Amino acid sequence: MTTTAPEAGALEAVFDAAVAADERVEPRDWMPDAYRATLVRQIAQHAHSEIIGMQPEANWITRAPSLRRKAILMAKVQDEAGHGLYLYSAAETLGTSREELLDKLHSGRQRYSSIFNYPTLTWADVGAIGWLVDGAAITNQVPLCRCSYGPYARAMVRVCKEESFHQRQGYELLLALSRGTEAQHAMAQDAVDRWWWPSLMMFGPPDDESAHSAQSMAWKIKRHSNDELRQRFVDICVPQAESLGLTLPDADLRWNEQRGHYDFGPIDWDEFHEVLRGNGPCNDQRLAQRRRAHEEGAWVREAAAAYAARHGEASA
Amino acid sequence: MTAALALGDDALVLSHRLGEWAGHAPVLEEEVALANIALDLLGQARVLLSLEGDEDELAYLREERAFRNVQLVEQPNGDFAHTIARQLFFSAYQELLYGQLASEGRSAFAPVAAKAVKEVAYHRDHAEHWTLRLGDGTPESHERMQRALDTLWRYTGELFEPVEGLPVDWTALRDGWLTTVTDVLARATLTLPAGPQLGAWTAGAGRQGIHTEPFGRMLAEMQHLHRSHPGATW
Repeated sequence: MTTTAPEAGALEAVFDAAVAADERVEPRDWMPDAYRATLVRQIAQHAHSEIIGMQPEANWITRAPSLRRKAILMAKVQDEAGHGLYLYSAAETLGTSREELLDKLHSGRQRYSSIFNYPTLTWADVGAIGWLVDGAAITNQVPLCRCSYGPYARAMVRVCKEESFHQRQGYELLLALSRGTEAQHAMAQDAVDRWWWPSLMMFGPPDDESAHSAQSMAWKIKRHSNDELRQRFVDICVPQAESLGLTLPDADLRWNEQRGHYDFGPIDWDEFHEVLRGNGPCNDQRLAQRRRAHEEGAWVREAAAAYAARHGEASA
Repeated sequence: MTAALALGDDALVLSHRLGEWAGHAPVLEEEVALANIALDLLGQARVLLSLEGDEDELAYLREERAFRNVQLVEQPNGDFAHTIARQLFFSAYQELLYGQLASEGRSAFAPVAAKAVKEVAYHRDHAEHWTLRLGDGTPESHERMQRALDTLWRYTGELFEPVEGLPVDWTALRDGWLTTVTDVLARATLTLPAGPQLGAWTAGAGRQGIHTEPFGRMLAEMQHLHRSHPGATW
């Protein structure tokens, strides 16, 4: 049945009123095609980031320097796979499928967060990712717990709880290094120097260049602008860096009494765009590993499907 | 050799191998499941090694010849069928072993075993389900699973070599294990391997610190960072 123009107008009015009243949009509710498409894009990119984001950290599982740290890191990488699963499920409520989304990731038609194209070169990078990368992710995601789309908002509540835990563990890892031997302290400082700017880029382009921002804010998918969230993150990090006994690699970073915020130096947007274009340090490697895992696992998935078809078991 | 090292090293080494799967699993659910099993085993290893001394000193500062794990758990992951075959053989063993230890009140291992037996029952169940899916899945998966079982079979005899200090009925353990494995393989349309359960090594080689070649390389990776910073805390 085709929806006639007056009906569509009425449905849109109901939708707009629900969003204005801060009500949650649910899977069976009518929603504008563009709202659906925006959410699929954003949730998929979020899910892909969890899955690709396992790689830089998993890189250190087999080399973790103590059994306690190894257990924490394994649990974290496991949580990320779980977050990917929640998020693919949330995306599926919008009428797509995990297979379709993974296919788009593997073929480069959908993105994941630019941050995961940076390499983990030392053990301290695991701490820097926990503190800065997870910290930036939480700053971005906490407002999403109030996102207008119900399934996404509910997934974010669960994700944020676990992410906050990881972030504290990352901070604690860096603190142990910072207070450790000279070599450990230097390792921690070097990691923070390399991860600071890429973490600030996680908030996306500046407000005047952000293509989707205005519409997403009107739909209450997004609650704050990129620059607002970035500023909030800097304000949180500066005192934390001080308590860690580490410095942030920005000569322009200073408290601005008038604004009540920290001023910080210019971000290298050329680097950001290069990484998004696929020219970051690990873009090829990350995608290749993801594709390889998928391709090498094809026979396993086929076996599970054949077994399920024969025995009426739900497919693995 | 002490019993705590034997059991602790088994769990530590298999946990490490499973940790190598992170980011490489065939489906996301298996990323979660394999990491989950690896974490359970690491938890067991930490408790068991702590009965013997400092867990990190024991894990990171012993050389290859001082490790007491069975050779089965140090075998490289191979393909998914290989990992599942190793897991089936080992978790069926661990379930029965911990079952006996948990009910054996006098043993110092009873409390550890009582907790671990619940975890390893889940591990065995997971391995069993995948053995069924792969064995009775496609011709390719059947062939891969059979090849994995045949390859690893020679490392299973060592599981039943008595370990001093463990109050275990080893004959009953062996019989129970063979019953479990035979039953699962039959349901999975697979054949119980026909070769000897012990390879060229003497019985109990791993328990005596005689390991296979891939093990040294695994330890080099595992211990490198810890050994590069003597005396550091993490």
